[in-house]
Amino acid sequence: MIEARGLTKRYGDKVAVDNLSFTIKPGIVTGFLGPNGAGKSTTMRMILGLDAPTAGDVTVNGRHYARHAAPLHEVGALLEAKAIHTGRSAYNHLRALAATTGISRRRVDEVIDLVGLREVARKRAGGFSLGMGQRLGIASALLGDPATLILDEPVNGLDPEGILWIRNLLKDLAAEGRTVFVSSHLMSEMALTAEKLIIIGRGRLIADVSVADFIRSSSRQTTRVRSPQAAQLRDLLAGPDVTVASSEAGVLEVHGLDSAAIGEIAAQHAMTLHELTPVHASLEEAFMELTRDSVEYHGVTAGELVGAERSAA
Amino acid sequence: MSTTTVTAPRHSAGQGRAAEHHKVTQGRVLVSEWIKLRSLRSTVYTLLAAIVITVGLGMLFSGVMANRWSRLDPRELAHFDPTGVSLRGVFLAQLAIGVLGVLLITGEYSTGMIRATLAAVPKRLPVLWAKAGLFTVVAAVLMVAASFAAFLGGQALLGTHGTTLGAAGVTRAVVGAGLYLTVVGLLGVGLGFIIRNTAGAIATLFGVLLVLPILGAVLPSDWATHIVPYLPSNAGQAVMSVHQAPGDLAPWTGFAVFCGYAVAAIIAGAILLKRRDA
Repeated sequence: MIEARGLTKRYGDKVAVDNLSFTIKPGIVTGFLGPNGAGKSTTMRMILGLDAPTAGDVTVNGRHYARHAAPLHEVGALLEAKAIHTGRSAYNHLRALAATTGISRRRVDEVIDLVGLREVARKRAGGFSLGMGQRLGIASALLGDPATLILDEPVNGLDPEGILWIRNLLKDLAAEGRTVFVSSHLMSEMALTAEKLIIIGRGRLIADVSVADFIRSSSRQTTRVRSPQAAQLRDLLAGPDVTVASSEAGVLEVHGLDSAAIGEIAAQHAMTLHELTPVHASLEEAFMELTRDSVEYHGVTAGELVGAERSAA
Repeated sequence: MSTTTVTAPRHSAGQGRAAEHHKVTQGRVLVSEWIKLRSLRSTVYTLLAAIVITVGLGMLFSGVMANRWSRLDPRELAHFDPTGVSLRGVFLAQLAIGVLGVLLITGEYSTGMIRATLAAVPKRLPVLWAKAGLFTVVAAVLMVAASFAAFLGGQALLGTHGTTLGAAGVTRAVVGAGLYLTVVGLLGVGLGFIIRNTAGAIATLFGVLLVLPILGAVLPSDWATHIVPYLPSNAGQAVMSVHQAPGDLAPWTGFAVFCGYAVAAIIAGAILLKRRDA
């Protein structure tokens, strides 16, 4: 269980995290979504006590992270791939971390096997690919068999097989009753992994919803109609709340009428339909719309916008 | 490669006991830092370099002196200091040991390792005490040993022109040379925690040690007498000289002043480590 109350982080004039409150519950994977520069990493660093909040408070299982006597057993974190000295081997890196809390070498070997790094564990980590670095980061997060996992963009740099692996790993960890908090800037990835979403933009909370609700509420439905009489059909469908677009000849994208209504109209006028398909806006589109709205809504200055674009680039 | 079997036996029922059992302690952090220290090739090589320089250069200078003995002029002979000649390598070795002290800290910042370290030890200060303590012990043992090796090797080469550990002030100077090197590194550790950037910390360390005395030399003499002996390297090197020049601090007084600088740097580093975002 992670609880943030009014969490705020300011760097000079720049507000990285703005009055953020949320609760991350155990037993499910919670996705932490936002465009690059939205404040996800800063929030995660504050959870781990690496950055001190300017205002507000965040606790893990009822206590500040630093107050836990055995932090690695409470929270496992992957903050950035390759947060490791490049000259040290993966094995020694994990051994050094394990030693701080008396974790055995056997457990170190176990997590190395778990993430599939056995063959390279004795090599200098400087030569690791980003994907291997991610696996090592995940190994260090699992070291203390913690009840809470905080992973910042864990799928970055992983190959498709690795992405599938981490998706299943996260779900399994949550199914065991752990709290799993995973950040990403990819809505599509979170839709497959997470059950709940915390969405932030410019450091502010935009949405705290279940994935199912998000999909339901955000899917702007259009209907694709393919017909040899598309031009006539277009006139028939026209109405005050209806918009019809056409991206190719013979195909209409209708917004404001559902497929049943369109089918009825076509049948009444004895028109041939080759296709009548309800189309949901992609989650990615819905997500982008949501975060764009938040930027507009909160009226930013030109200077901030330039900064945001730069950090997003 | 991708096993999805998850983790070791959970201890959810005994989480409290597990926390007690797996508490982060100063001793455990010390073990962790010891593993870190040993597992970096650069650390081992830098320590080796400091030893080789101290011993090798000391013996080289002693050998050259012995060789040129008959051709030395009387003024040189009058000021001849066999201990000083055999310990001359210290002046170069301080670069190696100073860089090591800095890198021990800034190496973690430049690689991002520090965040893993501080997430494991969120109280933070145990990391600083462990690093500083471990460095002090390892460096003191190796550098005092190297300094004895340099002295004994050097005196062997100097033969009848040499001196012995029994002569007045000699043992103190030999031990002092090793201690001086240790504290140079410790000053590097402190500056590493304060500055966090390798280039900046190294530049500051050697600016303080090597450049300040040169700047001090142009001060008006009534100021200089009150300032120059207290500059870090001048104060620190008093302990490794058999004969004190007029105006120098007494050997152990000078060393204590030098230690004071290092302690001040470490304390400033500790305060900043505790206060700043990682």
